[in-house]
Amino acid sequence: MSARRLAADQPASFEMTPETQAKLDRIIAKYPQGKQASAVISALWLAQKQNDYWLPRAAIEKVAETLGMPYIRVMEVATFYTMFNLEPVGRYFIQMCGTTPCLLAGSDGIKAYLEQRVGPQRKVTADGNFSWLEVECLGACCNAPMVQINDDYYEDLTVENFGKLLDDLAAGRPVRVGSQTGRMTSEPDGGLTTLTTFYGADGKSGPQSLKK
Amino acid sequence: MAKLIVDGIEIDVPAEFTLLQACEEAGKEIPRFCYHERLSIAGNCRMCLVEVKGGPPKPTASCAMAVKDLRPGPNGEPPVVLTNSPMVKKAREGVMEFLLINHPLDCPICDQGGECDLQDQAMAYGVDSSRFAENKHAVTDKYIGPLVKTSMNRCIHCTRCVRFTAEVAGTSDMGAIGRGEDMEITTYLQTAMKSELSGNIADICPVGALLPKPQNFKARPWELNKTPAVDVMDAVGSAIRVDTRGREVMRILPRVNEAVNEEWISDKTRQIVDGLRRQRLDRPYVRENGKLRVASWGEAFGVIAARTKATASEKIGALAGDLVSVEEMFALKQLVESLGSKNLDCRQDGSKLDPALGRASYIFNTTIAGIEEADALVIVGSNPRKEAPVLNARILKRKRAGKFMTGVIGERADLTYAYEHFGAGPESIADFVSKAPKDVAKPMMIVGQAALARPDGKAVLAALAKAALDMGMVKDGWNGFNVLHTAASRVGGLDVGFTPGEGGLDAIAMTNPGGADLIFNLGADEIDIAPGAFVVYIGTHGDRGAHRADVILPCAAYTEMSGLYANTEGRVQRSDRACFPPGDAREGWAILRALSDVLGKKLPYDSLGALRLALVAAHPQYGAVDEVVPAEAGAITALAGLGGAMDKTPFGSAVDDFYLTNPIARASAVMAECSSVAAGGYKQAAE
Repeated sequence: MSARRLAADQPASFEMTPETQAKLDRIIAKYPQGKQASAVISALWLAQKQNDYWLPRAAIEKVAETLGMPYIRVMEVATFYTMFNLEPVGRYFIQMCGTTPCLLAGSDGIKAYLEQRVGPQRKVTADGNFSWLEVECLGACCNAPMVQINDDYYEDLTVENFGKLLDDLAAGRPVRVGSQTGRMTSEPDGGLTTLTTFYGADGKSGPQSLKK
Repeated sequence: MAKLIVDGIEIDVPAEFTLLQACEEAGKEIPRFCYHERLSIAGNCRMCLVEVKGGPPKPTASCAMAVKDLRPGPNGEPPVVLTNSPMVKKAREGVMEFLLINHPLDCPICDQGGECDLQDQAMAYGVDSSRFAENKHAVTDKYIGPLVKTSMNRCIHCTRCVRFTAEVAGTSDMGAIGRGEDMEITTYLQTAMKSELSGNIADICPVGALLPKPQNFKARPWELNKTPAVDVMDAVGSAIRVDTRGREVMRILPRVNEAVNEEWISDKTRQIVDGLRRQRLDRPYVRENGKLRVASWGEAFGVIAARTKATASEKIGALAGDLVSVEEMFALKQLVESLGSKNLDCRQDGSKLDPALGRASYIFNTTIAGIEEADALVIVGSNPRKEAPVLNARILKRKRAGKFMTGVIGERADLTYAYEHFGAGPESIADFVSKAPKDVAKPMMIVGQAALARPDGKAVLAALAKAALDMGMVKDGWNGFNVLHTAASRVGGLDVGFTPGEGGLDAIAMTNPGGADLIFNLGADEIDIAPGAFVVYIGTHGDRGAHRADVILPCAAYTEMSGLYANTEGRVQRSDRACFPPGDAREGWAILRALSDVLGKKLPYDSLGALRLALVAAHPQYGAVDEVVPAEAGAITALAGLGGAMDKTPFGSAVDDFYLTNPIARASAVMAECSSVAAGGYKQAAE
């Protein structure tokens, strides 16, 4: 993880949309009077989602003013957590897990593919579609290797299905969130081995519509 | 109280003590970097590790563990703390090795060298060589203001500066951005710190990361002579230590005085050092044909004597400035009275305070430490942040302790803490009294000079005294009526009666056209004297007073003489001489004594000691140095009955520019830079 600092090019201003403001007001209301600063992470997150997944300086200042905090306190939070992007990201922001279980399951291949296809980390492609970042464990180890693209997890990746996933995203075709091999959630790779009488004799659980 | 055994010594300490405090109670020194007794506990440097039996079986950070959290032994024996066991030594050596991994080996070119906590503790716990073969991390230096130089490679991330600006200064300027090895201490986008107490972070920094910028590469601590003194930049009377090399003041540092400044001083107190060198008056001058020319002491005295002889005694007057000592005012008062004049005034701002109203009417009766006992505060016509930053820090300390209602009548300024605003002028006083809560035990009021230095000042003072009584601020064992002064000399001047006698002229009448014909001006630079009067200026700097003078007698500044000062509480404090005045300049009292001889009214003392004896004989409270003699609260009741008409003008501000309030500060280039940075919105100054 390299030093996290504000981006060089900054928009002049940031205003919360009424929807963001309404969501934030609901969150702030959860905290007692005088403890509004507790909502800082949620507020930054909402601001980031509104602003194409990255936090400009103006948004940090806006959050500080909204919560009555000194600017530096909000800056500390924004620069601490890797979930806050301080520079523009691609339309599809790929966070690739590089921690041990994913690495054992082949994330180094995914990483090499990303480097070849998207380029170096934290650099947005010319068409604005993709940028990527290697992150620590995202907690989906049983479906390793995996990436998070914007708000969703894409799991059981191979270089082939990952390449197709990126092609589909770039072309605007619908994609399947979750496992890319058709596995249900985090069930065993080769189908159910227990409770098969309850959950489908075909070894797959869940509604028939999801079964391939 | 809880019992525990520290290195075999059984002690009994309050249960809420930390282990570190308990060990100190037992006389054991615990090394530390992040722990500071006036800041919250961070527990991040890990240097204060001790071994605890009855706690977790690992080294424990003694600053963050309370005595009450220790368990007794199996048979009820007290818990045992070891501060010098092999385990402790090894643990601290490990911590020290980690701290030194990224700390540069630049002690020979570091100004902190010689007074560096890391250097000192590395002598005890450091190993002689490094096992770290990788690159040290490098951090860019930050701009954080004109007073503090940064060298961020040296920072060990103790976060004392972050906690200081958040908890004591109240401005939350500093912060730690990034995380892990990328963590960096900085201000928001490298703007200048907005606090008037910012210089203190260089004192609390345990390494050489934050250093006083004006003193950069100027002196080594072991070359300096250290003299205890008292600050005169504001009326708080902070305890300071003046460090000199040869005859030059190199720096000013705070001394601990729990009753006054704890261990903080304002930026003006600390950094007017260069103002003590610039623009100094070092020879007597006499005005001839409209131009000042250098003269000898004898010549200057001759001109004054001739002028005094030619002036009717009721046309002679004397003014005392903001920085002068009580002895000087006492001597000048005796001299002028012996010349037959009653025209005396030490209130050059036109304040309507009057010693005839009783001592309780012009001192900070609650005392500064007493602020911590109060449970409600109203500030009238004052901005304590600008007028007395250290006192403002005490208010913030009380505010942070909770349950402290705070109201302001007057200017709506940023005081670093939240308050309720009750109006801008005198008409809000009655309104406030009707709204004020009645169920507070120890309410207090701070009255600033902006409320008193106006034509209706006496009526305002009376109305505020009445309000204080109505709100129950004055009772047995508690006097919540406080006047906050801005001038270090003011309480002393009022105490010795440096105010117009029966039928005498006050400062404004004296300096107006047709006022006094001969004015002895003892360092009063904040007042304009109308043309016509012959002015004898006894002062230190070529400032406003000297420009208007007809004869200039150069005298010693506060670091160059011993003197008594009474702070806003009426606390008498003695300041010692740290160095000698420049050139032919002499101590103020000695000038007055010599002048009195030439004028044929020889003052009856030949030494400062004799002058002090005379002063104490006339004003016994000056015999009790470092003490506050409580004032008779009956004066408030009498004052409340005075009444008088007030106009509706809002209370202004007694201090416009915090950094430029007196001749020494105006001569200082550092203060000028601070002032321009503040005026420019604290953006980065041009390199």
